[in-house]
Amino acid sequence: MKIILSGSLAGTLARLLLIRLDYRQYPGYPHGYISHLALGAIASALGAVAVPALLNKDFTAFTFLALAAQQFREIRNIERETLQNLEETRLEKRGKDYIEGIARTFEARNYLVMITAFLTSVAAVLGGVIGAAVVAVILIFFSLTFMTGETIGDICEVIPGEINFKGSLLRVNDIDFMSVGLPEMREKIKKEALGVMIKPKDDNARATLHDMGQRMAIAHTAAVIMGSKKDVDIPEFTPLVRKNPDTGAVALYIMPIEKDLESLILAVKRTPVLESARVRPLKTQAGRMAAD
Amino acid sequence: MGEREKGILAVVTTDKNKVTGAVPIFIAEDEAEKEKVALFLAKTLDAMVHDLENGCYFIVKH
Repeated sequence: MKIILSGSLAGTLARLLLIRLDYRQYPGYPHGYISHLALGAIASALGAVAVPALLNKDFTAFTFLALAAQQFREIRNIERETLQNLEETRLEKRGKDYIEGIARTFEARNYLVMITAFLTSVAAVLGGVIGAAVVAVILIFFSLTFMTGETIGDICEVIPGEINFKGSLLRVNDIDFMSVGLPEMREKIKKEALGVMIKPKDDNARATLHDMGQRMAIAHTAAVIMGSKKDVDIPEFTPLVRKNPDTGAVALYIMPIEKDLESLILAVKRTPVLESARVRPLKTQAGRMAAD
Repeated sequence: MGEREKGILAVVTTDKNKVTGAVPIFIAEDEAEKEKVALFLAKTLDAMVHDLENGCYFIVKH
């Protein structure tokens, strides 16, 4: 009994600590918290129960884990569907890549919880309650630090950019964005818009910034944190991220409610690097040859 | 407007020799009227005004 209890407790605690409202801004709803906590508790119970079952040489218990895996895949579908439905009425889209990333994270976190519970139960069998506590702390620490993933600030340099116009063409430094026709709009943009340059630190980062999903994620994060003056009838104020085709650097243009460059830079830096956008050409021979 | 990804919805111009074709064309007397008409059209159509810098504004739904 102690074994199962310590395993489930450790797993549930891990899930609780993993539900934080971070730059993904999700889940932001009380019911979202409840359902994920409940599923986390079930996952950890399953992981914990497997150990005593194995000790009793009851190997069929493992089939339950397969059942759990099936259930977690379902979570991913549910998350994806919810987010996609919400996307339709959003002014600043998250983008499909971001949604997929969030859905996958939710699935993976449940596996993490299950593994935490399983290993804690094993520790409880071998080392008693104290052993279980030590292992649980280590595993939860591991989940929190190593599973967070990279942010844009890790792979890119984010520096202030200057909003300027070449004729009617809106630019941030030397990167063109779009033609803004109305002079009064141009004046307003000149006065109130903010721009930042995002310079990749290496070729891997450049390939990541090339991904449109990643760029949408950056614009989305900036708009959520800083506010955006965009509305359905003012497409001019849509936050945009565009690339310099020669250097691979990208620039962000945004009409924030709060005109605060420092916090915008921080928001961009904290944007998570999407798993699907993460490319590593430098890991290949051809990529390394092309780099020099 | 769902099906069309991007498209010119209208052109506003002070020089009617610069534009022709199967798109609504609004001819304005002067720059001030051009801007006003373009703004009204854009607001109504939830679209954006772009400048061709040859006297023509065109309205695009993005």
